[in-house]
Amino acid sequence: MSDKHTITVTVNGHVYTDDCEARMTLADFLRRQCGLTGTHLGCEHGVCGACTVFLDDVAVRSCLTFAVQADGARISTVEGLAEGDELNTLQKSFQEHHGLQCGFCTPGMLICATELLRDNPNPTETEVREGISGVLCRCTGYDGIVKSVMAAADSQRDGVSESGSIS
Amino acid sequence: MKPPPFEYRSAHDSAEAVNLLTEYGDDAKILAGGQSLVPLMNFRMARPSVLIDINQTHDMTHIRADDGHLVVGAMTRQRVLERDQTAGSAVPLLPAALAHSGHTTNRNRGTFGGSLAHADPAAELPTVLVALGGELTVQGPSGKRTVPAEDFFLAPLVTSLEYNEILLSARLPRLPQGTGVRVEELARRHGDFAIVSVMAAVHLDSNGRADLVRIAAGGVDSTPIRLHEAEAQLSGTALDDAGIDAAAVAAADSVHPTDDVHGSASYRLEMVRVLVARAIRSAITHQKEGHR
Ligand code: FES
Ligand code: FES
Repeated sequence: MSDKHTITVTVNGHVYTDDCEARMTLADFLRRQCGLTGTHLGCEHGVCGACTVFLDDVAVRSCLTFAVQADGARISTVEGLAEGDELNTLQKSFQEHHGLQCGFCTPGMLICATELLRDNPNPTETEVREGISGVLCRCTGYDGIVKSVMAAADSQRDGVSESGSIS
Repeated sequence: MKPPPFEYRSAHDSAEAVNLLTEYGDDAKILAGGQSLVPLMNFRMARPSVLIDINQTHDMTHIRADDGHLVVGAMTRQRVLERDQTAGSAVPLLPAALAHSGHTTNRNRGTFGGSLAHADPAAELPTVLVALGGELTVQGPSGKRTVPAEDFFLAPLVTSLEYNEILLSARLPRLPQGTGVRVEELARRHGDFAIVSVMAAVHLDSNGRADLVRIAAGGVDSTPIRLHEAEAQLSGTALDDAGIDAAAVAAADSVHPTDDVHGSASYRLEMVRVLVARAIRSAITHQKEGHR
């Protein structure tokens, strides 16, 4: 009954090849086969958003995609955000503005916010709230998260004007 | 919360998908964006023994407009459609409705055709198709056929697709330049399925008379419902307040909601009346102020 496949994915720049059953979600593949447990599973039915990852540069819920569908794809997870040992601007902003308490939703929040700021570097507060609306947080009441994303947008803008170009 | 085992097959085009459906029969399901099917499988409410993945197909992903119509391929991602200028100018109701359909991350992966074939009576895209009198093109082993939206949706999660047919694309009439559109939706949280949704498109001619009125409601019957009676009452009129209020009452008379945990039938009827009036008024404002 179990339908086995061998897949190869590039996650945060590293290539992983492994076997999986057809029914294994991308989230479980990342956590178990790749050992990347930064991607969290809250609900496993597409409601909480904790499992959000980039699949070929598009933020998707990894509990609703099967690993076999990601064969050959490029994936980035929360582990891929930091620049070496340094947290990136958005992560630092979450740390500074109380963007997390227990941290369970944080991987999903960070991936969604990364996509939001990529597509809309100058978001209004409403746009930020809408952008993260697919991720549930049971701790912060969202205000800290919204502040963190707005502040990250500000510092990205300052960074751009200081260096005079968009990197 | 893990899906039951299944066999995975990937189709490279729509013809191969139809062949696989024919081969496996009723046990097979098409896997598009997975935003509705996979949750059902994770809950074990759906247990297909074979999934036919159409994410690798190339002949079902397109957005084309001509003078009269917009044609959207079934595998077009909802987010792509939402941001597509051609689609937005031909049928501005589409982006307006998609903004209510789940969250960005759902629309990033979720497909246009997936939402239509899933046929949730409270979902936005089926309601748009019904409101505008769209047509769906489906392919089976012996060729293609075209189904009007009102004949495609039969009951909650039931369409007129045969077991070995696949939805290829849908065609929507282009709305006249400057048509005002509005989506009024009542949901507990942004992105949730609608408790009641009403979609309206209105165009006033140079004499201020409505030469186009399209209204449909979602979440209030076993399929999205085109509100023909209300449309007939408003067409050709100047859409004055009394006329709008009367049409809203007629709209509520033409749907048959049931009670559920989100709202009683009588509450939904009242909401249809309120939201139809609101949607028409906002669509008029939308036309008058121009699209911004
Ligand atoms: S675990 Fe994927 S959305 Fe909750
Ligand atoms: S920080 Fe605990 S769920 Fe968001």
